Amino acid sequence: MNRLRFVLGVASAALLATGPLSAAEPIKIGSFLSVTGPASFLGDPEKRTLELYAEKINAAGGVLGRKIELVIYDDGGDANNARTFATRLVESDKVVAVVGGTTTATTMAAIPVFEDAQIPFISLAGGIEIVDPVKPFTFKTPHTDKMACEKIFEDVKKRGFSKVGMISSTAGFGASMRNQCLKVAPERGIQIVADERYAPGDTDTTPQLNKIKASGAEVIVNADFGQGSAIVTRNVRQLGLELPLYQSHGVASKSFIDLAGPAAEGVRLPAAAMLVPEQLPDSDPQKKVVLDYKITYESTQKQPVSTFGGHAYDGLMLLVQAIQRAGTTDGVKVRDALQATKGFVGTGGVVNMSATDHMGLDLSAFRMLEIRNGTWKLLY
Amino acid sequence: MAELVQLLFAGLTTGAVYALVALGFTLVFQASEVVNFAQGEFVMLGGMVTVFAFEAGLPLPLAAALAIAVAVATGLLLHRLAIEPAKGATVVTLIIVTIGASILIRGLAQIVFDKQFHALPAFSGDEPLRLFGAAILPQSLWVLAGAGAIVFGLWLFMEHTLLGKAVRATAANRLAAELVGIDTRIVLALAFAISAAIGAVGGILVTPITLTSYAVGTILALKGFAAAMLGGIGNPVGAVLSGLVLGLLEAFAAGWISSTYKDGVAFLVILLVLLAMPQGLLGRRAVERV
Repeated sequence: MNRLRFVLGVASAALLATGPLSAAEPIKIGSFLSVTGPASFLGDPEKRTLELYAEKINAAGGVLGRKIELVIYDDGGDANNARTFATRLVESDKVVAVVGGTTTATTMAAIPVFEDAQIPFISLAGGIEIVDPVKPFTFKTPHTDKMACEKIFEDVKKRGFSKVGMISSTAGFGASMRNQCLKVAPERGIQIVADERYAPGDTDTTPQLNKIKASGAEVIVNADFGQGSAIVTRNVRQLGLELPLYQSHGVASKSFIDLAGPAAEGVRLPAAAMLVPEQLPDSDPQKKVVLDYKITYESTQKQPVSTFGGHAYDGLMLLVQAIQRAGTTDGVKVRDALQATKGFVGTGGVVNMSATDHMGLDLSAFRMLEIRNGTWKLLY
Repeated sequence: MAELVQLLFAGLTTGAVYALVALGFTLVFQASEVVNFAQGEFVMLGGMVTVFAFEAGLPLPLAAALAIAVAVATGLLLHRLAIEPAKGATVVTLIIVTIGASILIRGLAQIVFDKQFHALPAFSGDEPLRLFGAAILPQSLWVLAGAGAIVFGLWLFMEHTLLGKAVRATAANRLAAELVGIDTRIVLALAFAISAAIGAVGGILVTPITLTSYAVGTILALKGFAAAMLGGIGNPVGAVLSGLVLGLLEAFAAGWISSTYKDGVAFLVILLVLLAMPQGLLGRRAVERV
């Protein structure tokens, strides 16, 4: 007891002595991202965004009168590395919060470390398992594939259809989205009349599409990204199927239109506002945020903006505002402030968190786009 | 009927590419008993070089010719730098050498080109032809006709030219071929060059349908190898036939049984066939003459 009192005494004396200095001590925010490796197209813009905005925040006076200091590690997309770096962030860097975790796998590996240390962690990965079930200190910014399914089904109903033919890749993203779509279909009054699969790297899906055609489907929904989506789109047109085709948010890049060519005309997909900032109506609350981010990013980084960097922007801003509202960097208090976030306008959507919702996005975060004349057209 | 025709053409188109890869395996195997796992990379090179040359402004035929030249040069280099120095090594060692070479070629392609997928415009437009209610891409006909022409051309070469006969003689008995004055080193180099050219043509023909990237060679090599085994490795007719059979198996398995297990169904059939006929569909029974 005596000893504890002594330690406390010395500590408070030290605090008093360095009072003015410690107020200026930086706030350490940790991050582990997949800057290299297979997920580098996600991790690289995330890292650039964090560094860019940390600098801007510091130039504007920092947070709580203190500068923020980023500690960023590159996990190379490896979940084992992610866990190691998570431990290092907590034990040796002593960060107050973490914004990172490029993929669902790296995020899931790191969650237990931050939960044990009671450090708020905002993930930048898509998987719904990150926040479902809710973990006390874990949050995420990107929308989930479940929401993509719901958005698509909402549009299908709006057009007066209800019979959906699913075609999905057996790889991670496609398989996960397919499962979510099958799960939410009954709630949305959608009947899945065909459920076809293909392997990643398959170059022909006409046999599967033939089965969908025979199943009486009124629309086709394809859960995949990259080459697979382009092949399905081409095959649908090749077979002369007149059914409306929906793609996932995974194809939301210009390269999809290039690969699918004229076959992409009329394809609809849910996507973030980031893809079409100029087309948003002026009344849209996200317009200013998204445009600002796009201009800032593109003018400093000399490369086109992506939704992934936007996830990092949202994560950092959510955290900074929560620290400001909490008035402290104490983990539990920042967490409480984070889950009390209401009406935060980010690049991914308008965020309203609660103790039971650690993502805080609703379907309005997704826009419905249609490909017309080789470019995106915002429908609503 | 429409469905049957649709599946038939889907299977034949995919199968034609498998057949060309299997043919490449067969040629090199005949001349050297090497199973060249870099065969799929020739297909990749054919597609990728054409795409980049075409995007750089070359007319399509010229871009295709350049791609074939690059693939042939790669095949010759592979022979000169990797296979020949390892002469006398066991077959397993040589196979490992070719796997290493395929990884190297893929890595180089990733650096020289990029990691994205690319498309080529179809040679005769994208408007599908109607046949018995099925929709067939004109490009599919290009693939089938191209594969047919290659097989026919190869047959002419093997049966009716001195060089072709030298290849067959080397395949039949290397030592005897050397004794009658055939330079088997050149024959082997020639086998690599021809198989590279065949792979490249396949890649060029199929890219408008399947798209291409630096990594497409791996899976093609696997499927082509399976077809070559099914046909009885070393038998060109068997290789072509088995490639088509493999493509058809995949298409009909996906269309009639289960798209999730279509590769499984295809490989299961191959396993069963090889269990019943270990020498393959058209392979010669291995008979030791005393």
